[in-house]
Amino acid sequence: MTVPALSPALRPFEVIGRRATEIAEALGRFATFFAQAVLTLVTPPFKLRAFIDRIDYIGFRSLLIILLTGAFTGMVLGLQIYLTLSRFGSEAFLGPAVALSLIRELGPVLSALMVTGRAGSALTAEIGIMRITEQIDALTVMALNPMRYLVVPSILAGLITFPLMTALFDTVGIFGGYLVGVRLLGLSEGTYFGEMQTFVDMRDVLTGFWKSVSFGVIVTWVATYKGFHVGHGAEGVARATTQAVVLASVLILVWDYFLGTVLP
Amino acid sequence: MIKVEDLRKSFGRQAVLRGVDLEVPTGSITIIIGRSGGGKSVFLKHLLGLLRPDAGRIVVDGVDVTDLRGRALDQVRARYGVVFQGGALFDSLTCADNVAFPLREKTRSGNPEIARRVEDALDSVGLAGMGRKYPAEVSGGMRKRVSIARALVTEPEIVFFDEPTTGLDPVLVNTIHQLIVDLHRRRPFTAVMVSHEIPEIFEIADRVAMLHEGRIVEVGAPPVIQASDNPVVRHFIRGEPERAS
Repeated sequence: MTVPALSPALRPFEVIGRRATEIAEALGRFATFFAQAVLTLVTPPFKLRAFIDRIDYIGFRSLLIILLTGAFTGMVLGLQIYLTLSRFGSEAFLGPAVALSLIRELGPVLSALMVTGRAGSALTAEIGIMRITEQIDALTVMALNPMRYLVVPSILAGLITFPLMTALFDTVGIFGGYLVGVRLLGLSEGTYFGEMQTFVDMRDVLTGFWKSVSFGVIVTWVATYKGFHVGHGAEGVARATTQAVVLASVLILVWDYFLGTVLP
Repeated sequence: MIKVEDLRKSFGRQAVLRGVDLEVPTGSITIIIGRSGGGKSVFLKHLLGLLRPDAGRIVVDGVDVTDLRGRALDQVRARYGVVFQGGALFDSLTCADNVAFPLREKTRSGNPEIARRVEDALDSVGLAGMGRKYPAEVSGGMRKRVSIARALVTEPEIVFFDEPTTGLDPVLVNTIHQLIVDLHRRRPFTAVMVSHEIPEIFEIADRVAMLHEGRIVEVGAPPVIQASDNPVVRHFIRGEPERAS
């Protein structure tokens, strides 16, 4: 069947319509992919070995970068907040200011962005290469569900490792702030930690926790989806990897704002 | 028997399969030949259920598998073995673990039983004792043989070979072909192979089908194909260069 040609005046609408349809289809595929992963997750068998491998891949191997960025983020916060507070004579609030910034906001966001750059990109590249070298097809024709081996263990590992890495980031960051505020700038140790205990409560910790859990899902979902739907050849893998990092990073920031308005 | 009726598939405006009809008798080695980009791999992916046709039917031993999904499709696939073009071995597993993979995941065999079957499978493809190496550590020919061992270790009834000798030197091409014939003689299976290796494939095929521009233009025993009057077939098997029109 041939489609009659549109008049030139209507072409822009055709282009807009086609693009809108493509975006809607892509969003549909993205959501369906996650729904399939959840469905696979709740049906046995569970691939424990693959899950442990992913915890190592996403979590353990990201430890160094988390510790480094956590320490320097805390140190920068310690310095900048101290300088700001000293203008008002409120240096005593350095501890809670550093802790609240890290626990509620910077810890979950920065650790998620760091893991996206390190493990998320590697995850997309690995699954993308498996796709273009037909390893995923090989699983499929063996009557094995590739979701069970590649996607579900990654998402579960993200769910577990992200809060743990965020906790580490926060702890190291607080001690980074301590190093600068107390050891270098002379604030008393008791004031730094004492005021922190007064102003930081469980709600703040839970806010950071729920953020990190959701970031763990977002990063692994995006990374595995992009790997699964990679284009052709090395260029396709490279493009998918870049897209995964950019999309996951943007979603982290958007979702962070959304959660910031919803969570107490 | 595998029976394909009027199989059609288009990607966008490009029609790749334009009504493929083919019968693959049980226990035969049927080889599909044709020019690159002629739809052979797309056709094979339809047989494996990796792509869905726009129209037509695929019937395996009387069961229409065209629209099967989920568990029903997996039950059919459990009877398949597949040798992919690049081997499709899992990089993170040793050669032995690659061969053991379908046994570990699809059967209830214990470790000693799996180890014995893996060693037998590697031995049957001439790779006894090589199981500890990773795919990246062995040659292209060895990877193909590991892939054949993995495809056959579950003793499938139907084995698909997607250009199993691409990129190999002539000696290895004949070695792999001979290996397939020997394995087929030992335990007859239905083989569907996509290949470019002319004239070597005439030595091993029971039937040869020529796929050209999305249709099977000739099918028959090797002597029939070799004596074909069809200019497309003659052109292809003689490897004559295209003339600019």
